[in-house]
Amino acid sequence: MTSLAPHPNPPPSMPQRARPLLPDELLCLLDASGTPTGMGLPSLDVLARLHHAMVLGRRFDTQATALTKQGRLAVYPSARGQEACQIGAVLALRAQDWMFPTYRDSMALVTRGVPATDVLTLLRGDWHSGYDPYAYRVAPQCTPLATNTLHAVGLAHAAVRKGEDTVALVLLGDGATSEGDTHEALNFAALWNAPVVFLVQNNGYAISVPLAKQSAAPSLAHKGIGYGVASVRVDGNDAAAVYTAVRDGVSAAATGHGPTLIEAMTYRLEAHTNADDASRYRRDDEVRGWLARDPIARLDAYLRGQGRLDDVRLADITAAADSFAADLRARMNVDEAVDPAELFAHVYAEPTSALLAQRAFLAAELGDAGEDL
Amino acid sequence: MTRTLPAAVGDAVSVASTTMAAALNRALADSLAADSSVLVFGEDVGALGGVFRVTDGLARRFGDDRVMDTPIAESGIVGTAIGMAMHGLRPVVEMQFDAFAYPAFEQITSHLAKLRNRTRGAVGLPIVIRIPYGGGIGGVEHHCDSSEVYYAHTPGLRVVTPGTPADAYTLLRQSIACPDPVIFLEPKRRYWSAESAALSDLGPAIDSALVRRPGDDVTLIAYGGLVATALETAEAAAQEGWSVEVVDLRSLSPFDDATLVKSVRRTGRAVVIHEASGFCGYGAEVAARLSEQCFHYLEAPILRVTGFDIPYPPPKLEDHHLPSVDRILDTIERLQCDDRG
Repeated sequence: MTSLAPHPNPPPSMPQRARPLLPDELLCLLDASGTPTGMGLPSLDVLARLHHAMVLGRRFDTQATALTKQGRLAVYPSARGQEACQIGAVLALRAQDWMFPTYRDSMALVTRGVPATDVLTLLRGDWHSGYDPYAYRVAPQCTPLATNTLHAVGLAHAAVRKGEDTVALVLLGDGATSEGDTHEALNFAALWNAPVVFLVQNNGYAISVPLAKQSAAPSLAHKGIGYGVASVRVDGNDAAAVYTAVRDGVSAAATGHGPTLIEAMTYRLEAHTNADDASRYRRDDEVRGWLARDPIARLDAYLRGQGRLDDVRLADITAAADSFAADLRARMNVDEAVDPAELFAHVYAEPTSALLAQRAFLAAELGDAGEDL
Repeated sequence: MTRTLPAAVGDAVSVASTTMAAALNRALADSLAADSSVLVFGEDVGALGGVFRVTDGLARRFGDDRVMDTPIAESGIVGTAIGMAMHGLRPVVEMQFDAFAYPAFEQITSHLAKLRNRTRGAVGLPIVIRIPYGGGIGGVEHHCDSSEVYYAHTPGLRVVTPGTPADAYTLLRQSIACPDPVIFLEPKRRYWSAESAALSDLGPAIDSALVRRPGDDVTLIAYGGLVATALETAEAAAQEGWSVEVVDLRSLSPFDDATLVKSVRRTGRAVVIHEASGFCGYGAEVAARLSEQCFHYLEAPILRVTGFDIPYPPPKLEDHHLPSVDRILDTIERLQCDDRG
């Protein structure tokens, strides 16, 4: 046995941090029955907004799934069951903050104010993204896993360099925590003390692969700790908890305390997409167990107990959601014209001469001799 | 096409003698000085000045928040650059070597190249990725790849590569000012080649090829590290009585059809050379495009002189792989002797 001599040039010690890297307990403010756990609650106004937005979000989600059955959408990855994660996070953001969503976060986009038809442009097949990211401070929905984590860190760092108070929220799933980009992003974020909140929606499955085959770590939040990122675990079906955790993460980031990773424990009630068959990899009783932990039901129960919700008000909210869905359905039933000439318009800041020639070729092939292009 | 360069003031600086590395360093310094949104980052680019010293002294002069060392994470470097560019910065990032840029491939091809298109023009990414590439320096494996086609095949990226120190300056200034993402390939075997030149950001357009040496018998098409080899070949060919026109592509994407077609229609013969393997190599695209556009003017098939279809060889064998003056002359001879019309 040899003992190591002291390093002749020891590296500087790790920075002292104001926050513990990982609290012991899972943050849950309202339990599955709607009973406060005594860990505090956002205001009743906030809870009412969360409830209202979740009802709307779920209605949007079920409408989008229905649109796949009618052939109006090529595919739709439902997030039913994950309303608390997406709506809780978005309502905790400020106007100046940015969001970097994935393909499963359509409810988050709708909640952020992106028009529902523009959210569905990608899945309808009209274009790859249907909205101006700068108009809503929402990046295009990311289909490759985890790549958006690095974009969020870069944007957050740029905001700091420009002296702005802007926080970047990046949404990812349990599967994405296995991708290298997540790890690089956590490392860069910690090193740059970047104002970023990583929200991991741990819904238990990466398509068919359960978490047990994804990670041997005690929790996904532990992955933040290794990089020096303060991390918390929350009940992802408790909108009050997600809202509070994201709001605290945004607040910490905005006051120079760096990034936060939030692991939200939730469940995807539907299959990966309408093209997936979840019965091949999970049991019905597991799904039923999670139905009993419904994120909307617990807020419904609490708000009724507080006198903020009754059947009449709920009927109003439901009617508003139905009207929203009917409007979306009507809009999606109108065929949007897609212009083949646009294929060449945005590849570069200005089309190259080769692209102009290809545009003319296509136009000629389409028989309009380029006059409309 | 010509673009308005915000940083361009047209002030040519004459230098007695400059290496390509020094010209690149000066281009970075002048861009950092001209535009506060420019920042430079990558592995070892700070105190060390980069493994090839291209960023030498920049961190000291501009501060380590504008010239930043990063963790060794190439995807992280490009991915964060994308986020920064979304928010108004103009990142110039360095990949340490050609083959070490591959971890960033997904960020480059799926995001950097596509974001403008995905967002219907809303989000442009003015990012420059500097990559030292190619062989000829006796480097061990993974240090000598010619990776240009991976990028040139990807719509949305510009790919440029300088052949001379003065052009290195011009192209890098133009690349940093360009609204599109640019893969800036630096032929590392020419980092220390020197020339007396005027450095100016107002050179030929970023996407134009240049006739480096006029000639009448054959067009020799080269880029990057082989531009000097092509000029040397043309000089040797002149001894044989052959008039070789050397065209330096400069921009691999987009391709300057006009300049190339004009030259090849006039000479009627063309040879394209590169270090990279020939199979599916850049020369195949050049030959195909010129055949399509110059067929009735050609006196001979368009020939290629390229690296073999092998992984880059170990240092003691690399000379067999790299196109040499003799091998290029032999190829030109095939055109002259067999097919002179």
